[in-house]
Amino acid sequence: MQELQTILDDALKSFAAIHDAVELENAKARYLGKEGSLTGLLKGLGKLSVEERPAAGARINQIKQQIEAALQARRDAIQQLALQSKLAAESLDVTLPGRNASMGSLHPVTRTLERIETLFHSIGYDVAEGPEIENDFYNFTALNIPEDHPARAMHDTFYIDDQHVLRTHTSPIQIRYMQAHMEKYKHLDAMPDIRIIAPGRVYRVDSDATHSPMFHQVEGLWVGERVSFVDLKGIIADFLQNYFETEDMQVRFRPSFFPFTEPSAEMDMSWKGGWLEIGGCGMVHPNVLKHVGIDSEKYIGFAFGMGVERLAMLRYGVNDLRLFFENDVQFLKQFN
Amino acid sequence: MQFSESWLRSLVNPSLSSEELSHLLTMAGLEVEEMKPVAAAFDSVVVGQVLTKEKHPDADRLNVLTVDVGQAVPLSIVCGAGNVSIGMKAPCALVGAKLPGIEIKQAKVRGIASFGMMCSEKELGLAEESAGLMVLDAEATVGQSIRAHLDLDDHLITLKLTPNRCDCLSLNGIAREVAALTGTAMASLPAITFNEAGTQAKKIKITAASACPRYNGRVISGVNAQAQTPAWMVKRLERCGLHSISALVDVTNYVLLELGQPLHAFDLSKLNGDIEVRFARAGEKLKLLNEQMVDLQDDMLVIADANAPVALAGVMGGADSAVGDATTDIFLESAFFAPSVIAGKSRRLGFSSDAAYRYERGVDFSAAGYALARATQLILDICGGQAGAVTAVQGELPVRHPVKLRASRVLRVLGIALPTDQIAQILLRLGMSFVQQGEAFLVTPPSYRFDIEIEEDLIEEIARVYGYENIQPAPIQARMSILPRKESQRPLAKLMHAMAARDYQETINYAFVDAAWERDLCGNSSPITLKNPIASQMSVMRSSLLGGLIESLRTNLARKQMRVRLFEVGGCFSKVGNVYLQQERLAGIAYGGAQSEQWGVPAHHVDFYDVKGDVEALFSPLSLSFKAVMHTASHPGKSAKILLDGKEIGWIGELHPQLQQQYDLPNPPVWFEVDVSALTSTSLPKVSAISRVPLVRRDIAVLADESVLVSTLLSAMYEVKAPYVKDIELFDLYRGKGVEQGKKSLAFRVLLQDTQKTLAESDIESSTQLLVLALEKNGVKLRS
Repeated sequence: MQELQTILDDALKSFAAIHDAVELENAKARYLGKEGSLTGLLKGLGKLSVEERPAAGARINQIKQQIEAALQARRDAIQQLALQSKLAAESLDVTLPGRNASMGSLHPVTRTLERIETLFHSIGYDVAEGPEIENDFYNFTALNIPEDHPARAMHDTFYIDDQHVLRTHTSPIQIRYMQAHMEKYKHLDAMPDIRIIAPGRVYRVDSDATHSPMFHQVEGLWVGERVSFVDLKGIIADFLQNYFETEDMQVRFRPSFFPFTEPSAEMDMSWKGGWLEIGGCGMVHPNVLKHVGIDSEKYIGFAFGMGVERLAMLRYGVNDLRLFFENDVQFLKQFN
Repeated sequence: MQFSESWLRSLVNPSLSSEELSHLLTMAGLEVEEMKPVAAAFDSVVVGQVLTKEKHPDADRLNVLTVDVGQAVPLSIVCGAGNVSIGMKAPCALVGAKLPGIEIKQAKVRGIASFGMMCSEKELGLAEESAGLMVLDAEATVGQSIRAHLDLDDHLITLKLTPNRCDCLSLNGIAREVAALTGTAMASLPAITFNEAGTQAKKIKITAASACPRYNGRVISGVNAQAQTPAWMVKRLERCGLHSISALVDVTNYVLLELGQPLHAFDLSKLNGDIEVRFARAGEKLKLLNEQMVDLQDDMLVIADANAPVALAGVMGGADSAVGDATTDIFLESAFFAPSVIAGKSRRLGFSSDAAYRYERGVDFSAAGYALARATQLILDICGGQAGAVTAVQGELPVRHPVKLRASRVLRVLGIALPTDQIAQILLRLGMSFVQQGEAFLVTPPSYRFDIEIEEDLIEEIARVYGYENIQPAPIQARMSILPRKESQRPLAKLMHAMAARDYQETINYAFVDAAWERDLCGNSSPITLKNPIASQMSVMRSSLLGGLIESLRTNLARKQMRVRLFEVGGCFSKVGNVYLQQERLAGIAYGGAQSEQWGVPAHHVDFYDVKGDVEALFSPLSLSFKAVMHTASHPGKSAKILLDGKEIGWIGELHPQLQQQYDLPNPPVWFEVDVSALTSTSLPKVSAISRVPLVRRDIAVLADESVLVSTLLSAMYEVKAPYVKDIELFDLYRGKGVEQGKKSLAFRVLLQDTQKTLAESDIESSTQLLVLALEKNGVKLRS
């Protein structure tokens, strides 16, 4: 039976040297095929005595199984290698750019307004809007700015006709909102609080490096039975701290004059070691409340206004107001 | 208003540094816009007097001087100034002096020792340029510090006054405010010492009694109009920003600055007969001091003599009755005009004057008498002459109505509790008289305050003096409730983000545009026009966002961008009858490659269908239809009206080739504009049952004439309502080889599905056959 061992050794050796599936099947035939060496031995069993035959047969079958197992293992290995090399050939340059990845973005003023609206929304402020061509009543008279009052000179107004202007502030929105609010709740004894911000484009006849004839304002209004100057200061401080994400932001109020508020204040915030003017505010003038039919003895309001471009400039380090309206995409894309 | 700190301190002098004083004013609502020193920092410069002058032995242009600087021994100083002369007084910088830019050391100049430097104004930083030494008064005290002699340790303070604080438009007013804020006593007003020695007087008649509640005037005769204005007065005027003109004019300006009372001096010889204060009559004209000829209107108050108006009351005097060098007798006016009468007049005439600025805000109506006396005193002191008796006519002076102030209201408005005695103290300091009844005060404001009419006005005064800085912010307390949100309303912000996600960059353009844009792009020949535009190319209100987008596109192309995709959301304006309408629109423009330039994607220039896809995606899930209609701005064959539920909601098109050329664009951009209201209103999703049986797909390919619209074929197929058809879409369009000229091959994908059963081949066949018949009715042929 020395011969059997030789056949097995030979088969294992030759399978190991083969890397191709067809070649492997050819090699198989040399041992297990019709003319194969192991097949030959099996055929020779007949020549043996009855006593010898079972042991020799068992021995040959054992070797046959070993050869078949080796053959299958080699088949699997060759298949695996083929897959490996196929996958290797298919690999990508994953650093190539992806397709159609480019995105636009919102204008920094819109981005800023969105942030302001989100912050005020979190404390229950709704957003109100109104027309940009306003009539004299809403832009001036209802805001306690009578004809020929020197305060009208503070607003360098664009006129459309004798009765209509491009709104010089978003305050007319407040008037319109208060009127609608009063109408909506006239059946109630006590009206619910008014809490709105009024963002939008405004217009002044002024154009130089630091003034644009069109810019954006956001104004806020809260009218209720229990609001005061202290609350106004609290809200402004809260807003500015959150807008700029600095807890140590200081807010300073300075006495000022606006026809539609009394008392009135300029709002300053601490900035780089000094004070920076950030807007105006005050307690809604009783005449303004009277114009919209709100009892100024019962209800008190406060209002504030800020320039949106200014807030954007400070927040994002924009140093030239004109950039906002040039619409150079090199500038705009930085707000992606 | 600009003033000199030292003048203010001569009236009230609290123990505060200049910076503290500035802070005090700012925090009281008199905002200090600017505070700058009169002179740069320097020291050890004194008044020197030249005693001797000899030529420098080795230099032609230099002199060797001995200069008395008030020390025991005069100094020897080498000087190169051309105007130096014996006896003159000039600033002398001593050894060790630090001047702007240089330090004075003992030095040898061409071999001669020099112990200081004689100075020009430039060397002291007092002027940009100067020729020669600064010449000082002959009376200057030798050895005195030049800073003290010229009062150089002074600051020029500019206040940005709000329109309500007319009471602070004078040194006296600002001093009064500082005194109230600090509790410091004010200096008393200068004494009046002259006697009325003159005999002439003018009669005054007031026809407009409520417009001119007070008119005081007097004749001063025998004045020397050419007298020199004293240096102290010139200096104060200059430090308040006024130039010296002539002694008579200077005095009126000085009293205006000092007391806030406008005065006017007429040349008596130019006045005919008596004075009348009346409204102008139709057709009257007046030449003003600024040489402007004014056509007077009947709401303009004038001072007239027997013949004609001689001054526009409270605004400006007339040129013909002005004082001049030859004037010997004057009529001096000190009046109070009602603010409402003066308001707006100078603005209407296109100029401003110090008098009008004050009168329209409000001048202390009790001040006219003293101001007239004060000016008379100064004129007599400077120009000589005799003062006649005052003619004073009084009409209906404003009444200061008492205003009620409640401590409880102070608490409600300000949110801080102030004791009544503290409120009382603040009122007293502000010169308010009051009667106290428990927690309430009945307050009568002084004649110089025009801004105290209601309780809130007083509350602001209380807060101001208490200090806004001392009011601490409090956290907000409120009754909260949820803000309603309509789900059928899509937030505009989300749609804008969707535009950004489709690679459009948001822009913001001016709402006023060039009238040519309206004409060329919108066919709008009568846009809404601004009466006072800032520039002609910004003179009309836009009725479309397109112009601004093209302008922004051009800006970016000029800056070498190759692919530009922009959008804007904003108001578009129109006028219907007498009503101005504003419609919010969203518009976009795309230029350059449809995709950004990249590997592996064939490049093509953006076309109608690229942008149409953007619009459809923006509106999704709302379904739009497009109708070929021409638009002024678009290529006639590449233009469509956009419809939603049959209603026009916008436009899309490729820019007209002529406009493309006109705007200098190398390639045609595609633009669209839609109504925001159509975009934002949608409906809630409504769910229907989904089927679990498989979808079947069948493709139908047809050959159609070029003129056949795809939408016609799609509608035809949908209209036959073939059973099981879930969806039909065009998935291929082919022209070229195999398809004859003038035809196109269209391939539709049809998806079929039943809700219950898997479809049999016969079901599918009969449904698709219906579709094919519908197609063939429209003149197309099935492709084999």
